[in-house]
Amino acid sequence: MPTKKNLFLVSLGLFALVGLLSATYKSVPTAVPERLSAYGFFAGNIAEQKPAEGVMPYRLNTPLFSDYAEKLRFVKLPAGQAAQYNAAEVMDFPVGTTLIKTFYFPVDFRDAAKGRKLMETRLLLRETSGWKALEYVWNEDQTDAILEVAGDRKMVAYVDAEGRKHEQEYVMPNLNQCKSCHNRNEVMTPIGPSARQLNGLLDYGQGAANQLVAWQKQGMLTDVPDINTVPKAPVWNDPATGSLNDRARIWLDINCAHCHRPEGPAGTSGLNLSIHEKSPAALGLLKTPVAAGRGSGNRRYDIVPGQPDQSILLYRLESTDPGIMMPEVSRKVTHREGVALIRAWIQSLN
Amino acid sequence: MKSYLHLYLWWLMSLLVTTTAVAQPDVQKKIQTDLILAEDGTTVQLPAGTFSLAGSLSLQDKKNVTIRGAGVGKTVLSFRGQTEGAEGLRVTNGTNITIENMTLQDSKGDCIKTMNVDGITFRNLLVEWTGDPKATNGSYGLYPVQCQNVQILSCTAVGASDAGIYVGQSRQIVVRNCTAYHNVAGIEIENSVGADVSENHAYANTGGILVFDLPDLVQKKGGQVRVFNNLIEHNNLDNFAPKGNIVARVPAGTGMMILATNDVEIFNNRIIDNKSLGTGVISYFMTEEPIRDSLYNPYPTNIAIHDNTYSRLPGYPTRKGRMGLMFRFKLRFGKNVPDIIWDGVTNDKAPASQRTICLKNNKNATFANIDAGNNFKAISRDATPYTCDLPPVAAVGK
Repeated sequence: MPTKKNLFLVSLGLFALVGLLSATYKSVPTAVPERLSAYGFFAGNIAEQKPAEGVMPYRLNTPLFSDYAEKLRFVKLPAGQAAQYNAAEVMDFPVGTTLIKTFYFPVDFRDAAKGRKLMETRLLLRETSGWKALEYVWNEDQTDAILEVAGDRKMVAYVDAEGRKHEQEYVMPNLNQCKSCHNRNEVMTPIGPSARQLNGLLDYGQGAANQLVAWQKQGMLTDVPDINTVPKAPVWNDPATGSLNDRARIWLDINCAHCHRPEGPAGTSGLNLSIHEKSPAALGLLKTPVAAGRGSGNRRYDIVPGQPDQSILLYRLESTDPGIMMPEVSRKVTHREGVALIRAWIQSLN
Repeated sequence: MKSYLHLYLWWLMSLLVTTTAVAQPDVQKKIQTDLILAEDGTTVQLPAGTFSLAGSLSLQDKKNVTIRGAGVGKTVLSFRGQTEGAEGLRVTNGTNITIENMTLQDSKGDCIKTMNVDGITFRNLLVEWTGDPKATNGSYGLYPVQCQNVQILSCTAVGASDAGIYVGQSRQIVVRNCTAYHNVAGIEIENSVGADVSENHAYANTGGILVFDLPDLVQKKGGQVRVFNNLIEHNNLDNFAPKGNIVARVPAGTGMMILATNDVEIFNNRIIDNKSLGTGVISYFMTEEPIRDSLYNPYPTNIAIHDNTYSRLPGYPTRKGRMGLMFRFKLRFGKNVPDIIWDGVTNDKAPASQRTICLKNNKNATFANIDAGNNFKAISRDATPYTCDLPPVAAVGK
């Protein structure tokens, strides 16, 4: 039985500890929900990720590689409002929009029935002052995801599509890291939902429909032109959807061009890998690096046409050394199939 | 009384539980959280101690924030075990940010990179790669890029496989009272406008102080650089930069090199025992790289070198690299290498009155125009055609 004196000492100690901790963390934003469930984005068991009324799933033709994690994407627009079509860049979403993206690993990529592990859900919220990013990390019980300012890391195990077992560290971003990619001229910006990336089919439960047409029918998108005139990104690993050049360019666009564009954080390099870039030098062909350091791998040019193994770009895509690899963040393993695509593309250049 | 105490205790414990749900014991998270939550106008104080970090730290979108350690060698951020992020500390999109009083070491990429900051001060920092200089060290120690009003004061940079102190595509820069050794480039100012580099000690690098202007970059036409009152000595370290980088071409034994920059004033420096190029002034053609940037000026222009003191013991220049070949088979200076070497390449279309270099009052200096544009046919050691004055370059902030 603790005596009064002991209790007092314990409480004093606790008080000191709490004081210390709360002094550091007192400014955690209180208005932001601590738990993902509080938003009501999902109906029923939240782990099933079934969108609630007014939450629309979507997919991209060629997504960013995220260490082989699979992704579920949703958009929620404010009631009665619509996004405006943009032919070249991300749709113009109204204030009040939330973009929701959940990252998960199937237990076995060959058999969805074996279940999956949800890792994180990232939100991009369109506020009057601009876009804001929030990061929610799923708990071990998979009952909810918890707000995490400073990011997290966890081990994950899965069996890949070829039946090989993998165990790898999976890193979830801190809030600053969100803007290392979602950044145009230092303004937080979404990357994925552009016309060319959304211009593809999705099964909404009554057979597959074109996403842009479906959004338009739902009143979610205005000013959509004739769908046959809308640019369409190929699926990077489906040769039926585009030429080698087109598939390589869209892969580079979604994986690199959020930084490697004049308005992006890697604009200082002079290497622009955006789908819109037309200058061979800016695309890296026989371009000397600027601040690559040991990322150059003793190679002289970003891309040497016909010579993937003399090209700095391929060296950095293959590496997992943080001082060498590209992209700089959100990658712990090499995208083997993506590297094979870029290798074939560089080989084909002359 | 007892019941109140109980209530108090429960309240405390509930507070503790909710608080620890956010708090993590991990140093990485603690420092990173402090940096994310720092209010404008405040100081993030890092205590004394050696802290091992597994990933980059970052500060962004802040105004008037100071990151302060307990002193060089007292607060040590070690990135030796880094598994994520391309730099040790990254600062982006800020106004009036100061980083001071600490050591950062062994990051996998750059030690501190700052981008899009107006008013960035580095003060009393040691950034280093421990052990012998090697190609696997990170690229830049201090690396402000696309910043304005950059102050680098009383900092030391050691072991960078590119440049210890590297200012790129920035404006209004002061680098003062710093020390750089065992880097490929000690101090480098690149594609930047308005820089005062003074009172520094650059020694035992491959090249001591470099002022470069390169093509294909967002910020072009670097210039208005003053390099004065520096001690630049014994920069004879073998070049250990990975190939592909422009500094991999800098010959061992370079005191200063001016590449394709305009309006550079070099004065009152002591430039001692750099075996290949005490001071080299060269055009971009010397890199032997193609130029496809139509807005780029590959010629150095208005380079004033005056009132410096040179001394160099007789000895051979570097034998390595393309420059080594040039010294051995084209220049053939033997052990009597001139202190100031100019490639002699001029722009035929420039007005006749335009000066590339002006030399005056340099103590103990020898000179050569190596006529590189004509396959080194008319090498001349006569400095008299280049004895002239140029208007002084304005001081930073003036």
